[in-house]
Amino acid sequence: MTSLVLFYLAGALALGGAVGVVGTRNVVHAALFLLVSLMGVAGIFLLVFAEFLALVQVLLYGGAIIIVVLFALMLTRLQDFGGSMENRQWPIAALAALGLFFVIAFALARSRGSEETERLGPGVQELGRSLFTQWAIPFEVASVLLLVALIGAIVIARAGGRE
Amino acid sequence: MLTLVHVQVLSAGLFCIGLYGVLARRNVVLVLLAIELMLNAVNVNLVGIAAFVDHGKYLGQIIAIFVITVAAAEVGLALAIILRLYRNKGTANVDQLDLMKW
Repeated sequence: MTSLVLFYLAGALALGGAVGVVGTRNVVHAALFLLVSLMGVAGIFLLVFAEFLALVQVLLYGGAIIIVVLFALMLTRLQDFGGSMENRQWPIAALAALGLFFVIAFALARSRGSEETERLGPGVQELGRSLFTQWAIPFEVASVLLLVALIGAIVIARAGGRE
Repeated sequence: MLTLVHVQVLSAGLFCIGLYGVLARRNVVLVLLAIELMLNAVNVNLVGIAAFVDHGKYLGQIIAIFVITVAAAEVGLALAIILRLYRNKGTANVDQLDLMKW
Protein backbone atom coordinates (compact mmCIF):
# COMPACT_ATOMS: atom_id res chain seq x y z
CA MET A 1 0.00 0.00 0.00
CA THR A 2 2.75 2.40 0.96
CA SER A 3 4.61 1.48 -2.19
CA LEU A 4 1.57 2.37 -4.27
CA VAL A 5 1.25 5.81 -2.65
CA LEU A 6 4.94 6.46 -3.15
CA PHE A 7 4.65 5.22 -6.74
CA TYR A 8 1.84 7.68 -7.45
CA LEU A 9 3.91 10.49 -5.92
CA ALA A 10 7.01 9.66 -7.98
CA GLY A 11 4.88 9.07 -11.08
CA ALA A 12 3.17 12.46 -10.68
CA LEU A 13 6.62 14.05 -10.39
CA ALA A 14 7.86 12.24 -13.51
CA LEU A 15 4.77 12.93 -15.64
CA GLY A 16 4.36 16.51 -14.39
CA GLY A 17 7.98 17.28 -15.21
CA ALA A 18 7.57 15.68 -18.63
CA VAL A 19 4.49 17.81 -19.38
CA GLY A 20 6.52 20.83 -18.29
CA VAL A 21 9.31 19.90 -20.70
CA VAL A 22 7.00 19.79 -23.71
CA GLY A 23 4.77 22.63 -22.50
CA THR A 24 6.96 25.50 -21.40
CA ARG A 25 8.12 28.31 -23.67
CA ASN A 26 11.39 28.95 -21.86
CA VAL A 27 14.22 26.59 -22.85
CA VAL A 28 16.01 26.87 -19.48
CA HIS A 29 12.76 26.08 -17.69
CA ALA A 30 12.36 23.05 -19.94
CA ALA A 31 15.80 21.77 -18.88
CA LEU A 32 14.90 22.25 -15.20
CA PHE A 33 11.54 20.51 -15.74
CA LEU A 34 13.45 17.62 -17.29
CA LEU A 35 15.50 17.41 -14.11
CA VAL A 36 12.27 17.20 -12.05
CA SER A 37 10.98 14.44 -14.32
CA LEU A 38 14.23 12.47 -14.12
CA MET A 39 14.28 12.67 -10.33
CA GLY A 40 10.74 11.27 -10.36
CA VAL A 41 12.03 8.40 -12.51
CA ALA A 42 14.85 7.88 -9.98
CA GLY A 43 12.18 7.53 -7.29
CA ILE A 44 10.43 4.89 -9.37
CA PHE A 45 13.75 3.04 -9.78
CA LEU A 46 14.02 2.96 -5.99
CA LEU A 47 10.50 1.57 -5.71
CA VAL A 48 11.22 -1.30 -8.12
CA PHE A 49 14.43 -2.26 -6.33
CA ALA A 50 16.98 -0.69 -8.63
CA GLU A 51 18.96 1.30 -6.09
CA PHE A 52 22.10 1.41 -8.18
CA LEU A 53 20.22 2.75 -11.19
CA ALA A 54 18.51 5.38 -9.03
CA LEU A 55 21.94 6.54 -7.87
CA VAL A 56 23.28 6.58 -11.42
CA GLN A 57 20.21 8.49 -12.55
CA VAL A 58 20.71 11.22 -9.94
CA LEU A 59 24.47 11.43 -10.56
CA LEU A 60 24.42 11.31 -14.34
CA TYR A 61 21.30 13.26 -15.20
CA GLY A 62 21.21 15.61 -12.24
CA GLY A 63 24.92 16.14 -12.06
CA ALA A 64 26.08 15.93 -15.64
CA ILE A 65 23.55 15.96 -18.45
CA ILE A 66 21.38 18.86 -17.25
CA ILE A 67 24.52 20.92 -16.53
CA VAL A 68 25.84 20.23 -20.04
CA VAL A 69 22.49 21.20 -21.55
CA LEU A 70 22.47 24.44 -19.56
CA PHE A 71 26.02 25.20 -20.71
CA ALA A 72 25.01 24.62 -24.33
CA LEU A 73 22.03 26.95 -23.88
CA MET A 74 24.36 29.57 -22.44
CA LEU A 75 26.72 29.28 -25.42
CA THR A 76 24.07 29.36 -28.14
CA ARG A 77 21.93 32.25 -26.82
CA LEU A 78 18.88 30.52 -28.25
CA GLN A 79 16.46 33.20 -29.19
CA ASP A 80 12.83 33.02 -28.27
CA PHE A 81 11.14 32.32 -31.61
CA GLY A 82 8.41 34.80 -32.24
CA GLY A 83 5.00 33.24 -31.99
CA SER A 84 4.48 29.57 -31.39
CA MET A 85 7.08 27.21 -29.95
CA GLU A 86 5.40 24.37 -31.82
CA ASN A 87 5.54 23.75 -35.53
CA ARG A 88 2.53 23.52 -37.79
CA GLN A 89 2.10 19.78 -37.37
CA TRP A 90 1.55 19.86 -33.62
CA PRO A 91 -2.10 18.66 -33.77
CA ILE A 92 -1.01 15.59 -35.73
CA ALA A 93 1.83 15.05 -33.26
CA ALA A 94 -0.56 15.28 -30.32
CA LEU A 95 -2.94 12.87 -32.05
CA ALA A 96 -0.12 10.40 -32.74
CA ALA A 97 1.16 10.54 -29.16
CA LEU A 98 -2.33 10.16 -27.66
CA GLY A 99 -3.17 7.37 -30.08
CA LEU A 100 0.00 5.47 -29.24
CA PHE A 101 -0.73 5.85 -25.52
CA PHE A 102 -4.22 4.47 -25.90
CA VAL A 103 -3.02 1.57 -28.02
CA ILE A 104 -0.43 0.64 -25.38
CA ALA A 105 -2.93 1.09 -22.53
CA PHE A 106 -5.49 -1.05 -24.38
CA ALA A 107 -2.89 -3.75 -25.00
CA LEU A 108 -1.91 -3.72 -21.33
CA ALA A 109 -5.54 -3.92 -20.24
CA ARG A 110 -6.11 -6.87 -22.56
CA SER A 111 -2.91 -8.63 -21.54
CA ARG A 112 -2.83 -11.57 -19.20
CA GLY A 113 -2.06 -9.25 -16.29
CA SER A 114 1.05 -9.59 -14.25
CA GLU A 115 0.79 -12.29 -11.68
CA GLU A 116 1.38 -10.97 -8.20
CA THR A 117 4.78 -12.39 -7.54
CA GLU A 118 7.20 -11.07 -5.03
CA ARG A 119 9.53 -8.48 -6.36
CA LEU A 120 13.24 -9.04 -6.17
CA GLY A 121 16.14 -6.81 -6.95
CA PRO A 122 19.82 -7.58 -7.13
CA GLY A 123 22.16 -5.99 -4.68
CA VAL A 124 24.75 -3.62 -6.03
CA GLN A 125 27.32 -6.36 -5.46
CA GLU A 126 25.57 -8.91 -7.66
CA LEU A 127 24.95 -6.30 -10.33
CA GLY A 128 28.61 -5.33 -10.41
CA ARG A 129 29.77 -8.94 -10.53
CA SER A 130 27.43 -9.69 -13.40
CA LEU A 131 28.52 -6.54 -15.23
CA PHE A 132 32.18 -7.45 -15.02
CA THR A 133 31.88 -11.17 -15.81
CA GLN A 134 28.95 -12.03 -18.04
CA TRP A 135 28.63 -8.53 -19.51
CA ALA A 136 32.30 -7.63 -19.63
CA ILE A 137 32.54 -7.29 -23.42
CA PRO A 138 29.48 -5.03 -23.82
CA PHE A 139 30.85 -3.03 -20.89
CA GLU A 140 34.15 -2.47 -22.69
CA VAL A 141 32.34 -1.62 -25.92
CA ALA A 142 30.33 0.96 -24.00
CA SER A 143 33.52 2.51 -22.68
CA VAL A 144 34.91 2.72 -26.24
CA LEU A 145 31.62 4.32 -27.31
CA LEU A 146 32.01 6.96 -24.61
CA LEU A 147 35.58 7.64 -25.70
CA VAL A 148 34.50 8.01 -29.34
CA ALA A 149 31.66 10.33 -28.33
CA LEU A 150 34.07 12.40 -26.24
CA ILE A 151 36.57 12.82 -29.08
CA GLY A 152 33.80 13.41 -31.60
CA ALA A 153 32.20 16.11 -29.47
CA ILE A 154 35.55 17.90 -29.11
CA VAL A 155 36.26 17.72 -32.84
CA ILE A 156 32.77 18.88 -33.84
CA ALA A 157 32.44 21.71 -31.35
CA ARG A 158 36.01 23.01 -31.65
CA ALA A 159 36.27 26.63 -32.71
CA GLY A 160 37.58 27.45 -36.18
CA GLY A 161 37.35 25.17 -39.17
CA ARG A 162 35.41 26.02 -42.27
CA GLU A 163 32.69 28.60 -41.82
CA MET B 1 -0.23 -3.27 -4.37
CA LEU B 2 2.19 -2.05 -6.97
CA THR B 3 1.98 -4.17 -10.12
CA LEU B 4 3.82 -4.31 -13.40
CA VAL B 5 0.90 -2.67 -15.20
CA HIS B 6 1.28 0.50 -13.10
CA VAL B 7 4.91 0.79 -14.11
CA GLN B 8 4.16 0.04 -17.75
CA VAL B 9 1.36 2.60 -18.00
CA LEU B 10 3.65 5.23 -16.47
CA SER B 11 6.35 4.28 -18.96
CA ALA B 12 3.89 4.56 -21.85
CA GLY B 13 2.79 7.99 -20.64
CA LEU B 14 6.36 9.27 -20.41
CA PHE B 15 7.16 7.84 -23.84
CA CYS B 16 4.14 9.46 -25.48
CA ILE B 17 4.83 12.86 -23.91
CA GLY B 18 8.38 12.58 -25.21
CA LEU B 19 7.09 11.57 -28.65
CA TYR B 20 4.86 14.63 -28.78
CA GLY B 21 7.86 16.79 -27.82
CA VAL B 22 10.04 15.30 -30.56
CA LEU B 23 7.36 15.73 -33.23
CA ALA B 24 5.99 19.13 -32.29
CA ARG B 25 8.71 21.34 -30.85
CA ARG B 26 10.63 23.74 -33.06
CA ASN B 27 13.74 24.23 -30.95
CA VAL B 28 16.53 21.67 -31.42
CA VAL B 29 17.45 21.61 -27.74
CA LEU B 30 13.84 20.96 -26.76
CA VAL B 31 13.70 18.06 -29.23
CA LEU B 32 16.83 16.66 -27.56
CA LEU B 33 15.26 16.95 -24.11
CA ALA B 34 12.17 15.12 -25.37
CA ILE B 35 14.41 12.31 -26.68
CA GLU B 36 15.86 12.04 -23.17
CA LEU B 37 12.32 11.64 -21.84
CA MET B 38 11.69 8.78 -24.27
CA LEU B 39 14.92 7.01 -23.31
CA ASN B 40 13.93 7.27 -19.66
CA ALA B 41 10.52 5.80 -20.41
CA VAL B 42 12.29 2.79 -21.93
CA ASN B 43 14.47 2.51 -18.82
CA VAL B 44 11.43 2.54 -16.54
CA ASN B 45 9.91 -0.28 -18.57
CA LEU B 46 13.12 -2.36 -18.49
CA VAL B 47 13.64 -1.94 -14.76
CA GLY B 48 9.99 -2.71 -14.07
CA ILE B 49 10.18 -5.94 -16.01
CA ALA B 50 13.45 -6.82 -14.26
CA ALA B 51 11.69 -6.44 -10.91
CA PHE B 52 8.38 -8.15 -11.65
CA VAL B 53 9.00 -10.83 -14.26
CA ASP B 54 12.63 -11.71 -14.58
CA HIS B 55 13.42 -13.06 -11.13
CA GLY B 56 17.01 -13.38 -10.14
CA LYS B 57 18.28 -12.43 -13.59
CA TYR B 58 17.98 -8.61 -13.46
CA LEU B 59 18.75 -8.46 -17.16
CA GLY B 60 16.62 -5.35 -17.45
CA GLN B 61 18.77 -3.42 -15.03
CA ILE B 62 21.95 -4.31 -16.92
CA ILE B 63 20.41 -3.16 -20.21
CA ALA B 64 19.17 0.02 -18.52
CA ILE B 65 22.75 0.77 -17.48
CA PHE B 66 23.84 0.50 -21.12
CA VAL B 67 20.90 2.67 -22.23
CA ILE B 68 22.01 5.36 -19.77
CA THR B 69 25.58 5.13 -21.12
CA VAL B 70 24.39 5.55 -24.70
CA ALA B 71 22.12 8.42 -23.64
CA ALA B 72 25.07 10.23 -22.07
CA ALA B 73 27.17 9.80 -25.22
CA GLU B 74 24.23 10.93 -27.33
CA VAL B 75 23.65 14.12 -25.34
CA GLY B 76 27.33 15.09 -25.56
CA LEU B 77 27.50 14.57 -29.30
CA ALA B 78 24.10 16.12 -30.00
CA LEU B 79 24.96 19.27 -28.08
CA ALA B 80 28.25 19.56 -29.98
CA ILE B 81 26.33 19.24 -33.26
CA ILE B 82 23.79 21.84 -32.08
CA LEU B 83 26.59 24.26 -31.18
CA ARG B 84 28.11 23.73 -34.64
CA LEU B 85 24.77 24.17 -36.39
CA TYR B 86 24.07 27.33 -34.48
CA ARG B 87 27.48 28.73 -35.35
CA ASN B 88 27.19 27.88 -39.05
CA LYS B 89 23.49 28.50 -39.68
CA GLY B 90 22.67 31.03 -36.97
CA THR B 91 19.46 29.27 -36.00
CA ALA B 92 18.23 26.48 -33.77
CA ASN B 93 14.87 26.14 -35.45
CA VAL B 94 14.24 22.64 -36.77
CA ASP B 95 12.04 23.99 -39.58
CA GLN B 96 14.94 25.97 -41.02
CA LEU B 97 17.50 23.17 -40.75
CA ASP B 98 16.36 21.37 -43.89
CA LEU B 99 19.72 20.98 -45.63
CA MET B 100 19.35 17.20 -45.92
CA LYS B 101 15.68 17.24 -46.78
CA TRP B 102 14.97 15.77 -50.18
